[in-house]
Amino acid sequence: MTVGLHKEGTAGHRLPWGPMARMAGRRTLLAAPVLLLVTFGVFAVADASPFDPVKAYTGTAGLTASQESLDQIRANLGVDQPLVTRWWNWLTSALTGDLGDSSVMRQPVADVIAERVGWSALLAAAAFALAILLGTALGVLAARRRGGWLDRVASSAAYTLEAAPAFWLGLLAIWLFALKLGVLPAGGLTDTGSDVVTFDQVATHLVLPAAVLGISQLPWFFLYVRQGVADALDEDPVRGARARGLSEPVVLLGHALRSGMLPMLTLIGSRVPELITGALLVETVFSWPGIAAATVEAATSADFPLLAALTVLATAAVLIGNLLSDLLYGLADPRVGFDG
Amino acid sequence: MADRTWTSHGRTRRSTRTVRVSASALIVAAVVLAVLIVPPIVQLDEQAVDLSQKLLPPSWEHPFGTDDVGRDLLLRCVYGLRISLLVGVVAALVATVVGTLVGAAAAAFGGWTDRIVMRLVDTFASVPHLLLGIFIVAMFRPGVWPVVASVALTHWLSTARIVRSEVLSLRSRPFIDAAISGGSSRWRVTARHLLPGVLPQAGLAAVLMVPHAMWHESALSFLGLGLPSHQASLGNLVQTARSSLLAGDWWPTLFPGLFLIIPTLAIAGLAGAWRERINPRRRSELML
Repeated sequence: MTVGLHKEGTAGHRLPWGPMARMAGRRTLLAAPVLLLVTFGVFAVADASPFDPVKAYTGTAGLTASQESLDQIRANLGVDQPLVTRWWNWLTSALTGDLGDSSVMRQPVADVIAERVGWSALLAAAAFALAILLGTALGVLAARRRGGWLDRVASSAAYTLEAAPAFWLGLLAIWLFALKLGVLPAGGLTDTGSDVVTFDQVATHLVLPAAVLGISQLPWFFLYVRQGVADALDEDPVRGARARGLSEPVVLLGHALRSGMLPMLTLIGSRVPELITGALLVETVFSWPGIAAATVEAATSADFPLLAALTVLATAAVLIGNLLSDLLYGLADPRVGFDG
Repeated sequence: MADRTWTSHGRTRRSTRTVRVSASALIVAAVVLAVLIVPPIVQLDEQAVDLSQKLLPPSWEHPFGTDDVGRDLLLRCVYGLRISLLVGVVAALVATVVGTLVGAAAAAFGGWTDRIVMRLVDTFASVPHLLLGIFIVAMFRPGVWPVVASVALTHWLSTARIVRSEVLSLRSRPFIDAAISGGSSRWRVTARHLLPGVLPQAGLAAVLMVPHAMWHESALSFLGLGLPSHQASLGNLVQTARSSLLAGDWWPTLFPGLFLIIPTLAIAGLAGAWRERINPRRRSELML
């Protein structure tokens, strides 16, 4: 897609790998201090809070445990060491792949992430694909006749959806499709009682959460494509294409959409924070076994090792998304380049 | 041809815009009146439990129906909106003050201070807002203040950026040079010339932040990480309605959500009109 956008009709056109790689390298160098600062901030906030790691680790068992065993746990966890020492220990073991143990999941944090990240990626990819396809299609149709009924209905719906919380949409979708119509399952990854994860099961269980997450992301894509295409329709290249007698679909899709999609391309990567926000809510509503639902569980039971690791992971995802969107933008619009 | 379509569209759009702005103003006024006046006048206990009245569908007596312990949902929604609005306004005010001070300081001092402060802002901004809020609340909960603090701490970044760029653009104007060459001190220039120029933008950002902060608080409350359940905000209402919804009763879920959406749209409509007033040249259709 991006190659096609970059230059028309040059099948053998080579991507500018060199500048792209240099930009990626520069950004990685800049991202390292940001991630370091975020990990330190996470430890500093926990340090300033009344949160007690020993209590969180032992849970209700801690209420009846003897003082000696509590002290033993305290020493084992190393929570009496100064903030910087604890942060440094966490960081060095994190680099070797040891992120500590999750108290709520009762397994190593790295295993929790490895088990769940794939399901989150599947949900996010399905939702994103839906939002982009539907947003582009609706945006082009609405931009074609600004102020027409389709434009008005779709735009009002977009602003309303933008204001609607994703968890609320999810609950209403469960009520309609799982309870009233009974066509789709209400949550989880497989039917209750079935331990085997089959393709059919996952596919039917994916429909509702992906649709809700996608629809909660839809307004932005729709409004940006609509604005971009409508602006492009007023510009000279489109007028020129019309004057040459090109057919309406070619003008609309070949010329107006191509330049109107530019602002949306930058959005694809920079929408990662909103995608994570939506996933936190949607995965919880639908009991989807992803890392966002695990984040909420970790937060409810104050599971610091898991919560810290997932916060850092999400930040890394945001930084990668930003880089991706800048690379796409540079590819789509050579004037921008890869200097950022 | 382009001119003609613009004019005809411009006219229809202007009139629908007037309708939209008036409707928004009416809704905002109704919301403010409802949350201020209903609690002292109605004298009903919105917490009063009546199990013989539980889960009644919407009717004339209970326009929004009743919840799973027989409480009137219209009353619960008004009280919930009151709490959500209060948290939203306080959080937005705190975030605006912090953002304005940080942004103005970064622009006024410039140089290394500016660079370091804005780098910190970028770092803060690269953690997804709701996740950062969840983290703060998880460490400091339970209570109302952790929620307010977490919403405020995740919302000041955009204000800081807006105020900084606004101060930078004001500082290059001739009247600032005139004031400085007239012998005004740095503080006097900041207080008399820069801040008054920045306040409309900061105020607009604050107004737009209120629905966002309400949305944030609702999400936290829905996840069970927000306000304590005796201070039921709209998010808490949706959270407690979940079991009724899974039993097939939709109204305890539907109405609190509408109470969040409609004021959000109204505030956005008013803020859009305000933005056109202070930035007439940047009449963007995207009120995002």
